[in-house]
Amino acid sequence: MYRQSDTKALEDLLQKYEIEVSMNQSNVEIKINPEQLIEVATLLKSNLSFELLMDIIAVDYLTYGDVDWKTNNATSTGYSRAVKPTIIPEIDETFKGRFAVFYQLLSVSNNQRLTLKVFTSESNPPSVPSLVNIWSSADWFEREAFDLMGIHFDGHPDLRRILTDYGFIGHPFRKDFPTNGNLEVVYDEEKEEVVYQTVSISTRPGVPRVIRDRND
Amino acid sequence: MTESNLTLNFGPQHPAAHGVLRLIMEMDGEVITNLDPHIGLLHRGTEKLAEIKPFNHSIGYMDRMDYVSMMCCEHPYVLAIESLLEIEPPKRAQYIRVMYDEITRIMNHLLWLGCHGLDIGAMALFLYCFREREDLYDAYEAVSGARMHATYYRPGGVYRDLPDEMPKYKANKFISEKKVKKLNYNRAGSLLDFIEDFTNRFPSLVDEYETLLTDNRIWKQRTVDIGVVTPERAMQLGFTGPMLRGSGIEWDLRRNQSYEVYDELDFLIPVGVNGDCYDRYLVRVEEMRQSNLIIQQCIKWLRANPGPVMIEDHKYRAPKRDSMKHDMESLIYHFKHFTEGYSVPEGNTYKAIEHPKGEFGVFLLSDGANKPYRLKVRAPSFAHLAAIDEMSKGHMLADVVSIIGTLDIVFGEIDR
Repeated sequence: MYRQSDTKALEDLLQKYEIEVSMNQSNVEIKINPEQLIEVATLLKSNLSFELLMDIIAVDYLTYGDVDWKTNNATSTGYSRAVKPTIIPEIDETFKGRFAVFYQLLSVSNNQRLTLKVFTSESNPPSVPSLVNIWSSADWFEREAFDLMGIHFDGHPDLRRILTDYGFIGHPFRKDFPTNGNLEVVYDEEKEEVVYQTVSISTRPGVPRVIRDRND
Repeated sequence: MTESNLTLNFGPQHPAAHGVLRLIMEMDGEVITNLDPHIGLLHRGTEKLAEIKPFNHSIGYMDRMDYVSMMCCEHPYVLAIESLLEIEPPKRAQYIRVMYDEITRIMNHLLWLGCHGLDIGAMALFLYCFREREDLYDAYEAVSGARMHATYYRPGGVYRDLPDEMPKYKANKFISEKKVKKLNYNRAGSLLDFIEDFTNRFPSLVDEYETLLTDNRIWKQRTVDIGVVTPERAMQLGFTGPMLRGSGIEWDLRRNQSYEVYDELDFLIPVGVNGDCYDRYLVRVEEMRQSNLIIQQCIKWLRANPGPVMIEDHKYRAPKRDSMKHDMESLIYHFKHFTEGYSVPEGNTYKAIEHPKGEFGVFLLSDGANKPYRLKVRAPSFAHLAAIDEMSKGHMLADVVSIIGTLDIVFGEIDR
């Protein structure tokens, strides 16, 4: 088995930044503020030799922990069969605690992995500093996170959409973006060309989302 | 006279683009000065779709990530779920997974070799490679029923044990008895016998490919010193797998961060020297030979050690049909398994395996529900394609085709 990151060494090095270090599921994860990101990332690369940035993962915490179907208490009429779709809460202007970005780092020389977790700024649009100048591989990963989650990476030289269609509006992986999408393309026989129109399908309830304790 | 730069569009429907890649190339004469890949033409939103499905339903979607190495894409997803559930599959299941991972690696490298050769003008090789791939597809079919999208791995093991019998060809008005007999010569025994027959034949077949290419003057002219990446840049650009090893860095997750039973198996890790297309070709060809050795070791172990291939805990697997008939609890578990699935404890994890193309990782964030809260796939081709601009600058237009070939990209996983 491979060696886990040396939590002690990390704590010593990053003590002055007052960083939270946690071990979960055999992963070492450190949480930092966006203001510290550039400094910490530079330190991790130069002092702890994390040469590779494997992935950048943007997460939208808007509906975290929401369920479609709560079956804790039976009523006099039994359990409800109907599945209520998750109600999207009013979007907070400040995006407080809504978006987080995870960075997966790998050190080839020390055979270690590390996860960096950063909550974005609370401004609209949410933003974090770009790491392109530290790891070149951040370029496309940041473009992807911008395209799909709408997170701005300050200092990125070429922050364009990457995966969605030319002229796409919205950020599809946000939790308030419908899985069906908003637009579909059809062939218009009168105009004799392919045109956009609002989607004609609606969401079907599938398997309801439930949260169960291990001992339920 | 002033020379003006030319902007050229390449793809998205170009046979050398390996799928739906569109390149906007700025050229000075025939030399590339700037290259901008446009991707996303195959974007299906798999990660978003996974959020509305119970965990097991998305295993089949993983096959469609990198559709030329299917089971390797299921593997990290299944590992991620297992890590959050804190379960471990039986050892036989781990050996089966390793064996199929290596079969998949050979399949992937054969496709890569055939298509890369075809792009640069070696037509015959393509036909040879696809001849061998056919046998491996049969191995897939025998175990899962599907030739491509197997959906064979499950959290807690694999769907079923290896079959004792291979499906056989039958004579009809198009195929004579004599021909059928010839086709069925290696299908008399079990699946393991069939795969063993393949592994016995395969090394000489790799020699055959190498006689066509390794010392071929045209092949060398098209690949040597093309797309050179230094070890420092390779790490900076997030390269993994043969792309990183081609640049001379000995890094293989099977060895360095061993998962399943790779630590019990003997194999070597080939490493390149110059980091050009030719070295990466040599690395991949040697990897096929090493995979063949791993498969042979797995066959030996699997023959000697029968046993369960799935954990017994009914929380994560459907109970056996006959226990359902007389056991109330099994019936309940069966119902819950297929209507609701299992809930995965809160937490996040990142699991990666050595996919034929590089590090294929799955980041899974669960809030305790029966569906993933966020699933993110780390596709090796995505990072590799991002470097195409840097690798092609200063090369001729024809070399871009060599570089696309050497990247070994598949759009199923780049666009997801």
